Amino acid sequence: MRIGALKESFDGEARVAVTPSSAGHLQKLGHEVHVESGAGARSGFSDAAYERAGVTVHPNAAALIEAVDVVAKVRPPSDAEMGQMREGQTLISFLYPGQNAELLEAARTRGVNAIAMDMVPRISRAQKMDALSSMANIAGYRAVIEAANNFGRFFTGQVTAAGKVPPAKVLIVGAGVAGLAAIGAATSLGAQVYAFDVRPEVAEQIESMGAEFVYLDFAEEQTDGAATGGYAAPSSPEFREAQLKKFRELAPEMDIVITTALIPGRPAPKLWTEDMVAAMKPGSVIVDLAAERGGNCDLTVPDEKIVTENGVTIIGYTDFPSRMGAQASELYGNNIRHMLADLTPGKDGTVVHNMEDDVIRGATVTKDGDVTWPPPPPKVQAIAAQKPKEKPKELTPEERRAKEQADFRAQTRSQITMLGAGAVLMLLIGLFAPASFLSHFIVFVLACFIGFSVIWNVAHSLHTPLMAITNAISSIVILGALLQIGSGSAWVVILGALAVLMTAVNIFGGFLVTRRMLAMFQKS
Amino acid sequence: METTVITTEPGLAPVVSHGPGVMDALPAFGFTTAAYVVSAVLFILSLGGLSGQESAKRAIWYGIVGMALAVVATLFGPGLGNWWLSLVMIAIGGAVGYVLATRVQMTEMPQLVAAMHSLVGLAAVFIGLNAQIELGRVIRARLNGVTDIFDGFAAVLAHKTPAEIAMLKVEVALGVFIGAVTFTGSVVAYGKLAGKIDGKPRKLPGGHMLNLGAAIASLLLTILYVTGIGPAMLWLLLLVLIACFIGWHLIMGIGGADMPVVVSMLNSYSGWAAAMIGFTLSNDLLIVTGALVGSSGAILSYIMCRAMNRSFVSVILGGFGGETGPAMEIEGEQVAIDAEGVAAALNEADSVIIVPGYGMAVAQAQQSVSELTRKLRAAGKEVRFAIHPVAGRLPGHMNVLLAEAKVPYDIVMEMDEINDDFPSTDVVIVIGSNDIVNPAAQEDPNSPIAGMPVLEVWKAKHVFVSKRGQGTGYSGIENPLFYKENTRMFYGDAKKSLDALLPLID
Repeated sequence: MRIGALKESFDGEARVAVTPSSAGHLQKLGHEVHVESGAGARSGFSDAAYERAGVTVHPNAAALIEAVDVVAKVRPPSDAEMGQMREGQTLISFLYPGQNAELLEAARTRGVNAIAMDMVPRISRAQKMDALSSMANIAGYRAVIEAANNFGRFFTGQVTAAGKVPPAKVLIVGAGVAGLAAIGAATSLGAQVYAFDVRPEVAEQIESMGAEFVYLDFAEEQTDGAATGGYAAPSSPEFREAQLKKFRELAPEMDIVITTALIPGRPAPKLWTEDMVAAMKPGSVIVDLAAERGGNCDLTVPDEKIVTENGVTIIGYTDFPSRMGAQASELYGNNIRHMLADLTPGKDGTVVHNMEDDVIRGATVTKDGDVTWPPPPPKVQAIAAQKPKEKPKELTPEERRAKEQADFRAQTRSQITMLGAGAVLMLLIGLFAPASFLSHFIVFVLACFIGFSVIWNVAHSLHTPLMAITNAISSIVILGALLQIGSGSAWVVILGALAVLMTAVNIFGGFLVTRRMLAMFQKS
Repeated sequence: METTVITTEPGLAPVVSHGPGVMDALPAFGFTTAAYVVSAVLFILSLGGLSGQESAKRAIWYGIVGMALAVVATLFGPGLGNWWLSLVMIAIGGAVGYVLATRVQMTEMPQLVAAMHSLVGLAAVFIGLNAQIELGRVIRARLNGVTDIFDGFAAVLAHKTPAEIAMLKVEVALGVFIGAVTFTGSVVAYGKLAGKIDGKPRKLPGGHMLNLGAAIASLLLTILYVTGIGPAMLWLLLLVLIACFIGWHLIMGIGGADMPVVVSMLNSYSGWAAAMIGFTLSNDLLIVTGALVGSSGAILSYIMCRAMNRSFVSVILGGFGGETGPAMEIEGEQVAIDAEGVAAALNEADSVIIVPGYGMAVAQAQQSVSELTRKLRAAGKEVRFAIHPVAGRLPGHMNVLLAEAKVPYDIVMEMDEINDDFPSTDVVIVIGSNDIVNPAAQEDPNSPIAGMPVLEVWKAKHVFVSKRGQGTGYSGIENPLFYKENTRMFYGDAKKSLDALLPLID
């Protein structure tokens, strides 16, 4: 199949759907790769770099669309681009089918098979093509960089000859992929990071990234995030109140606030109100990653940076991934190639649009002149439901003592039973066995005890040498054979000689191989 | 207590005049007995010395000296004939043993150990049979009214009372039985470990009922033999045959991964057989040594069983326990990775733990593992090994393989020492192990291995699993580890994969 990447027509969009390196992987799948001239220019990939990677460069969009079977893009296609596509062509791009009904209709009437990269289901298998996550990751990182750029101080605390600098305090609201990436970037810069999320189960992830989870003192049973495919669900008004109260408390202390709260299919919740902005110190920075969907902050202006009267900078850019074009294209290109790898199961350059596959089915929004969105719920649950872990019951000191005593008693009882049974057995043996046997028997029992106490101390790593040496030692039966070999009976001599032979093999072999093994153990 | 027994039983009166030991009927040869005492002490010291790698290098000499002393003392001791034959046989056997010991690959240790057990078992059977032959001669001679023309072992027998002879027969029967079970069992274990017999559990129709029947038959034969009804030698030979069958059938029914338990159990049996022979010959050195070896093998089996959270009986009777319920469903996908990816993660990591398993031995990858370890350590990374007690086919098998490849033993850790360190580890490389790193043991109460202690590798930041393909391995249990988000599958032959990885590490 021929796969082509268009130059993004959206103003200011720097990303590109295929990079020279992802093109190499696509070619391994048996595909031919094409790009529009200048597609990668803003991400730092020249036409020459593409050509070196074996990619055919076309002068304009129309020529490219004409030449290929699969069109890969980043932003949803413009009407003009859609107009050039033909029946049976496949389009892979961000499509946001929920907001773009006309686009779906256009694709359907033109008979274009459209795959929406933003509709890839959130299951483990599909993570490698989850473009939303890879873009959110970049956005989170970039948000911290933008904040640092507009923040007139250090992030990290320092004690210098000229005086002490306190670390910046950063609050991250919403610990999704973007939030976690922001936590990572901010802690790496040395800031003191606090993070909040409505899903209490992410507290562990937040703490693992080095931030402090802001706990809400709120009793209501919170919804299980896993039930909504790992995304946050709207919260109750009471919960919202408690949350805002907490934020009001934190606002005066925070230098940087990065909000990333989104609820799928709804406008962004307003979490950072005007009075909170007013309470912040001059010079503080707010980065609103939800600006495209209305913003988490009341004062956010999408696509713009504003400074409030009290000197707080509010950044409402919506193009964070595009601001890191090279990195974003690299990751998006990889997402696209993983998607195509799943679409090309035979690695032979033939695209098989398998609608039985959960991932492909979920991402496909139009197919063969039908709108296939929304998809049926996936067969595999998004993320395993997090069951509350049962904590082992803490025992009070009295209970513990009672338990210890009971254990001790049980142990004593079993030991006494064993000893009693052993004694009875001994007595029975003593009653019937001759005395000469008993004197050997004592030796035997004592040797067993010695054996047990000696062997318990053997190092675990020496168990193989132990087996080899016990092997050699158990060939002490050679003594028996040696004593019998002098017999008058021919049979006894033959059997005895054979026994001597076999045990001699064992003795020499066993000791030598043990020595060989032990000599190998070396200290560093 | 014993004296009371003796005095109240009239038939035993003459016994009092006999001291124990081989010396019964022979001129006082204090030297031999003294040598035996020293040998026994040396053997105990030798096993005790294995508590540490350094002291073990000395301990082996205690064992060798002990053995040499015992053999020499016996050769020069009383009641020995056919001096030259003995020496020739020892020389031939010694030469064979030398060749075996110097040629064997460390990966073949399990086979070698099993083969050696079979030799001890067979020798015990021969010695037991000899005892019966001699006994027959003594009894015939007694009937003819001649008593004192025997030398060696037969002379000892000639002085036994009827009660002692009955006891002797019990000992012979037991020794022969255990020896024969050890013999065929070890031969089968050898075949399975060497890959000459299919490793899958196999049973004849009738299964354990057949074993039970054979056990009852052996008990009947022992009673017939001891009580002296009918031809004693025939009963004893039949007993050997049935015991051989039991050993063969029992071990055929046990699968490859349970071999550590089987081999340590056979080790134990070879010890008990030696102890029984010691009773037969009234030789305390044999009894002491047999008991030492027997308890050693028993402890090893116990450790292995505990490491698999299974009872000894369930391992020996073969197969996994009954179905307990549907296994937890596993979600996700096994994500493959190439050598570049693994190398990149390793180059970034500070701490690395390698978990080797039987797959490493099969692929002979220990040298490559060692080379990797050297490179990573040279780059200043902390590299350690985590060894599960049942990794491999022999207790401590992995330690020996790593030692052979010159991995220093102080970075090779036991499960209990290292299990808490996984959460703070950057990269874990699992090479050819499966069940011992299976999180289902902890997470899924319905899993056949639920409750088995496992290495908690999944708590590390990245886990790379080197594995030949997507199969489930010996136990047929799905491993959720392979589907975890932080796990990447590094498919291919372990040695080839590691060799591809080596040049990429800087």
